[in-house]
Amino acid sequence: MEYGLDLEYSFNEFLKGFGLSSEIAHIIWLPLPMLLVLVAAVVGVLVTVWLERKISAAAQQRIGPEYAGALGVLQPIADGLKLLVKEDIIPAKADGILFTAGPILVLVPVILSWLIVPFGQNLLISNVGIGIFLWIALSSIQPIGLLMSGYASNNKYSLLGGLRAAAQSISYEIPLALSVLAIVLMTNSLSTIDIVNQQSGAGILSWNIWRQPVGFIVFWICALAECERLPFDLPEAEEELVAGYQTEYAGMKFALFYLGSYINLILSALLVSILYLGGWGFPIPVELIAKFLNLPINAPFIQVFTASIGIVMTVLKAYLLVFIAILLRWTTPRVRIDQLLDLGWKFLLPISLANLLITAGLKLALPQFFGG
Amino acid sequence: MSIAITTQIICFTVLSLVILIGALGVVLLESIVYSAFLLGGVFMSVAGLYLLLNASFVAAAQVLVYVGAVNVLIIFAIMLVNKKEDLKPINDIKSRRIISTSICLTLLSLLIRVDLTNVWSLSNPQNSIGEESTIRIGEHLFSDYLLPFEVASVLLLMAMIGAIVLARRDVMSKDISTGLPVDQELIEKSSEPLLTNKN
Repeated sequence: MEYGLDLEYSFNEFLKGFGLSSEIAHIIWLPLPMLLVLVAAVVGVLVTVWLERKISAAAQQRIGPEYAGALGVLQPIADGLKLLVKEDIIPAKADGILFTAGPILVLVPVILSWLIVPFGQNLLISNVGIGIFLWIALSSIQPIGLLMSGYASNNKYSLLGGLRAAAQSISYEIPLALSVLAIVLMTNSLSTIDIVNQQSGAGILSWNIWRQPVGFIVFWICALAECERLPFDLPEAEEELVAGYQTEYAGMKFALFYLGSYINLILSALLVSILYLGGWGFPIPVELIAKFLNLPINAPFIQVFTASIGIVMTVLKAYLLVFIAILLRWTTPRVRIDQLLDLGWKFLLPISLANLLITAGLKLALPQFFGG
Repeated sequence: MSIAITTQIICFTVLSLVILIGALGVVLLESIVYSAFLLGGVFMSVAGLYLLLNASFVAAAQVLVYVGAVNVLIIFAIMLVNKKEDLKPINDIKSRRIISTSICLTLLSLLIRVDLTNVWSLSNPQNSIGEESTIRIGEHLFSDYLLPFEVASVLLLMAMIGAIVLARRDVMSKDISTGLPVDQELIEKSSEPLLTNKN
């Protein structure tokens, strides 16, 4: 299965053509994917913010942003510029160092997690062996940042919001990890590349959603709860807590929280599409199309075609999920904190445990369908 | 010296400095909140050291368990019981400090002795596992380390049940600390929302 574009390899070969050593070529290569991920994440956020404004407007029978660019597409950029030029305020009684470190600790792990998101066979930053486990580990750092900013703001709403965020994040991480574990059990690998390849056999029929319907729903609920999206946005429930841990923040520091939550939403959608919806896979396998067109699978045309289809499919699936998340946000009421914790501990945890057990049993009973 | 080795040395120096300064801060700082957050930083740097040693699974597990669970729990506890009261002055603080310092120094000398006497260099550096370590850890956990693994899980279960018994007072008819019968009216019924009791 070692086909597809390998940009790093071609780039290094290209630089070596100019007489550079492979080490220097590697150093020149290193910042490029990082930059690409930052740009991709920020552009993704801009698109999501625009979608959120437009869809919320449609759900409430408004028009939404209209004058900034065609259909208001420039509105998110205007929002971003406004936040950039706003005054950076640290409240007088707040703890300056922790107040500044909090938003950074929230944003950095989310961006780091993009390391493992594949857009094609070789189109990811690093195929680390621990793959999806890295994301679970990194997402567990976030509550510390939330607690930190909640504490440092020296405001009771902020502290309550921070505590709620941490409690929510911890309780939903367990069912999340358990449903990922069921997928890993079927794949025999933690690597996101292997997880997608294992689903690429028969197009849409071999996607994990058919084999893990319960895991899919549990993962999606937990991902929404981790992103603090409605119906689980208790940490920033504006009617009760002003804005939770963000209450005292303004300007760029607020923008970091804002960016962090939207990047996290896109990341979760991408991971759902990788884990359950076949990742970069086209609903009809590309091998079949190549056979139909009588072209060898390694032809340059087919390779470019596969890579672009891969990126388009990944982004399409992710944005479909983002659309569902936005629709949920504007049509469902918020749950209460006791309902939230009940749902996490008394419903999702046993269900995901049972799902894991049944998956293990099915893997033994039907190894050809559930990974041998 | 190649670029990879230079990077490694720089990373190692920075990580060790962060660990040393952070650990000193955890012990010496007056504010308990700062200590707790610094502890998180120290745990993160230890995970960085594991990464430098090619043990990515152990590094991720370190972040997940120590930063994501232990440290968050510590911070949680501090923030839920952050009473603004001055601690009582301890009478024989000087002798206590001398005793704890001497214990720490003894432990340090023991560690230094281990460091000096142990043979650290691998007999066969080609044998390092690297990315396969996840599989190897799993194999060991389910073969020769099975008993310690299971005993540890039973221990955790016991701690959990103990915590639940202590937290839910309606399990016992008498208060543990005072010995008086527990006022069942005071126990909050968690499944019912508070508002429904008022009418």
